[in-house]
Amino acid sequence: MDFTFSEDQLLFQQTVRDFLVSEVTPQRIRASWETDSGRDPKLWDQLTEMGLVGMTAPETWGGLGLSELDFVLLARECGYVALPEPLVHTALVAVPMLGALGGELAQRWLPAIAAGEATVIVGLEQNLLLEDAHRADLLLIQRGDALYALNPEQCKLRHNESVDPSRKLYAVEICDSAEPISTGAPVQAFTTAALNRGALGCAAQALGLAQRMVDLSVQYTTDRNQFGKPIGSFQAVKHHMANIAVRLEYAGAPVARAAYSIANSEPGASRHVSHAKLVACEAASLAAKNCIQVHGAMGYTWEVDLHIYMKKAWALNNTWGDAGFHKNRVSSWIFSPDAKLGAGSTFPSGA
Amino acid sequence: MNLAYTRQQSAFREEVRSWLAAHVPTEALQSFDTEAGFTQHREWEATLNEGRWGMVTWPEELGGRSCDLIEWLIFEEEYYRAGAPARVNQNGIFLLGPTLMEYGSAEQKARILPKMATGEEVWAQGWSEPNAGSDMAAIRATARREGDTYIIDGQKTWSTRAVWADWTFGMFRTDPDSERHRGLTFILVPLNSPGITIRPIPQLNGLPGFAEIFFDRVEVPVSNRLGDEGAGWSVAMATAGFERGLMLRSPARFQQTARRLVELYRANPEVGDSDPAVKDAVLRAYLDAESYCLSTYQTACRLTQGGKIGAESSTNKIFWSELDQAMHATAMSILGARAELLPHAPDAMGVGNWLDGWLFSQSGPIYAGTNEIQRNIIAERMLGMPR
Ligand SMILES: Cc1cc2nc3c(=O)[nH]c(=O)nc-3n(C[C@H](O)[C@H](O)[C@H](O)COP(=O)(O)OP(=O)(O)OC[C@H]3O[C@@H](n4cnc5c(N)ncnc54)[C@H](O)[C@@H]3O)c2cc1C
Repeated sequence: MDFTFSEDQLLFQQTVRDFLVSEVTPQRIRASWETDSGRDPKLWDQLTEMGLVGMTAPETWGGLGLSELDFVLLARECGYVALPEPLVHTALVAVPMLGALGGELAQRWLPAIAAGEATVIVGLEQNLLLEDAHRADLLLIQRGDALYALNPEQCKLRHNESVDPSRKLYAVEICDSAEPISTGAPVQAFTTAALNRGALGCAAQALGLAQRMVDLSVQYTTDRNQFGKPIGSFQAVKHHMANIAVRLEYAGAPVARAAYSIANSEPGASRHVSHAKLVACEAASLAAKNCIQVHGAMGYTWEVDLHIYMKKAWALNNTWGDAGFHKNRVSSWIFSPDAKLGAGSTFPSGA
Repeated sequence: MNLAYTRQQSAFREEVRSWLAAHVPTEALQSFDTEAGFTQHREWEATLNEGRWGMVTWPEELGGRSCDLIEWLIFEEEYYRAGAPARVNQNGIFLLGPTLMEYGSAEQKARILPKMATGEEVWAQGWSEPNAGSDMAAIRATARREGDTYIIDGQKTWSTRAVWADWTFGMFRTDPDSERHRGLTFILVPLNSPGITIRPIPQLNGLPGFAEIFFDRVEVPVSNRLGDEGAGWSVAMATAGFERGLMLRSPARFQQTARRLVELYRANPEVGDSDPAVKDAVLRAYLDAESYCLSTYQTACRLTQGGKIGAESSTNKIFWSELDQAMHATAMSILGARAELLPHAPDAMGVGNWLDGWLFSQSGPIYAGTNEIQRNIIAERMLGMPR
C-alpha cells in the first residue's frame, strides 16, 4: 500500500508547473482569444519539446511511455493555468485510445502526435460537441455503436461559441460516404474508456482551477481594504475560502485513485472516475461561487482574470458526463446487491 | 503508487479479524455513559489488552505492536466491521498516550502507560472552563507551586467521561501574573484526590456523558507535570494535533455508517419516490466517506514515509463532522415519522440506534475545536489570509 506519488512524478509536476505559470499567463490567454484559431502554435511546439504531447505514447512511437498516473498531476497544472491547448485531451484521451485501437492507425498517427506534427481528437456522442475539432488532422468519432476515423475533408464542422472563449467547440456532420472502422461491442468498450479518460482529465483540471481561484482570491482579499482593514481579515470572507479548501483537500485523493485505476485497469475504474469527476468539479464550482463573491463587483468584470478560470470550471462541470450521469454510475453500483461497502471495502484486496 | 495491500498487511488483517471474531461480545454492551456500561467497557479494554490489541500503534515494550499508520487503519476497519465496543479510554490511548511518549519522563511513562493500557486507569480531558471554551488561552484554574506540590484551584467543565474516570489531564495557570498562552502548565490529576468535586452533566440523550470538575486546594506532586512549567500550551497543542490529525476519527467509522445508510435506504425504497433528494443524500454519504478514507490513506502513507501534517489537518475535523451530521440527517429522513422514537418505544419497529447517532452527530462540529475555529485556522494558517 503506497498512496503517494513518486519523487520523479512530483518533480515533473513542479517543472511543468513552473513552465506553465511563466508561459501561459492570463495575458497570453487573452491574446489567444483575439486569434481565429484560438490556439498558439508556438506554445504547442514548446509543449512538444518538453515531451508532454506524446508523453503517454509508447517509446517505440516517439513517446515517453508514461502512464495516466504520471500525467494526472500535470493535468492539474494545466487546469491551474487554464491552458487552452488540447494537451490534456491529447495525452489522456487521444493517444491512449489510438494505442488501444492499435494497428495502422496507431502506427500512422502516434509518432506524428509525439512529434507535434498532428493532432487527433476523440468525439463521443455524449459530448454533443467536439473540442478543438478545427485543429484535428484525424477525428475519431463515435456515433451509436459505430466508430469513425475521419480526416477533416470527410466531415463538416460548425463552430459553437462557449462562455469560455478559450474553448473551441464544433458540431460535426459526417459525410454520407464515410464508413465506420468498427461497430458493436468494441465500440462500446472504446466509448467507456474514452469517456473515463476525458472525465479524469476534467477532474484533474478542476482541481487546478479551484486552486488557482483560491490563490487569486487570497491575494485579492489581502490587498483590498474596506473599513480600514484587508477584507481577507473578515471572518465571513475567510470562511468562504476555508470551505473551498476543505472540499478541495478531500477531492485530491479520489482523483489520484481514479488515475491509478485507469492506469492499472482496475475493475472499479468507471465508478472511481465518476467519483473523482463529481467531487473535483464540485470543489471547482464552489470555488467559482465563493471566489466571485469575495471579489465584489471586480469579480463580475471581464477585466479581472478570475473569469478565465471560473468559466473553464463551469464548462468542465457538464462535459464528459454531467453530474447526473456520473451520479448514476456510482449509485447504480452502491445500490446493487453485490456492491461491497463499508469499512475495508475501498481497496481491492481489503475486506 | 500501489494501492494493494502487501501480503503482511493482509495477514495482519486476518489476524485482527479472527481475534475479534472470537472475542467481541455477542451482546452489545450498555452505554459507557452509564455506571454499569462504563465498567463493562473498562473490562473490554482489559480483554483487548490481553490480546495486545489495545493500542496497536504503541511500542511493543508498552504492550502495543509498533504498528504503522496503515496497519492502524486496517485494525480500525476490522474493529468497526466487527461492531466492537466503543473505546472508553480513547482520550488516554489516542491523545495523552502519544503526548506522554513525546514529552513524558521515563518514570512517568512507566507509571502511567501500563495502567492506561489495561483500562485500570481511564482518562478524562480537562481543558474547557466556563469562560474558556473556544478561547482556551483564557484558562483561569490555577496551580500554585509549594515545594514539590502543586495546589490546584478552579473549575473545568464538559469533561467527557469524567463522571467515572480515574484521572484527568489538562492545563492550569501556574504563573498568576501571566496572560493568555504563557504561564500555563500541563498537569495530570487523580480524580479521587481530596478537594475534587465532580458534578455530572446530562447530555442531549439524558445520560451524564460529561461533567464539571471543581478543584478546591487539590494537591498533586510536581512529578505529575508533563513538560516544563509554563510550557503547557505547546504540550497541549501536540495533543490537539493528534486529535485533529488522524487518530480521533478513523474513516472506518463513517464508512460503516454510510453502509448502514445504504442498507436502510434499500429497505425503505418508497422514500426515494416521495423525496428523490434522499437518494442523492445517500450517494453523497457514500462518496464523502470514501473520499475521507482515500485521503486518510494518502496522508498516512505520506506520514509513514517521513512527511508531516500541517494546518491542512484542520480540514479533517470539518469534513468528518459535517459528513456524520449529514448521514444521520439522511437516516432521519428515511425513517420518517419513526425517526423521533426511542428504540424501546413499542411502535419503533427496528428503528435502530440512528437517533442516538443523530444526537451525537450534533456535537461533532462543536467538540475538539469548533468548526468555526477550524475555518479560521484554515484561512489563516493554511491559506495565509490576514488575521
Ligand atoms: C460532546 C462534547 C464533549 C466534550 N468533551 C470535552 C472534554 O472532554 N474536555 C474538554 O475540556 N472539553 C470538552 N468539550 C468542550 C469543547 O471543547 C467546547 O465546547 C468547545 O471548545 C467550544 O467551547 P464552548 O462550548 O465554550 O463554546 P463557545 O466558545 O462559547 O462558542 C460558541 C459558538 O461561538 C463560536 N465562536 C467562538 N469563538 C469564535 C471565534 N473566534 N470565531 C468564530 N466563531 C467563534 C463557536 O464556534 C460556537 O459556534 C466537549 C464538548 C462537547 C460538545
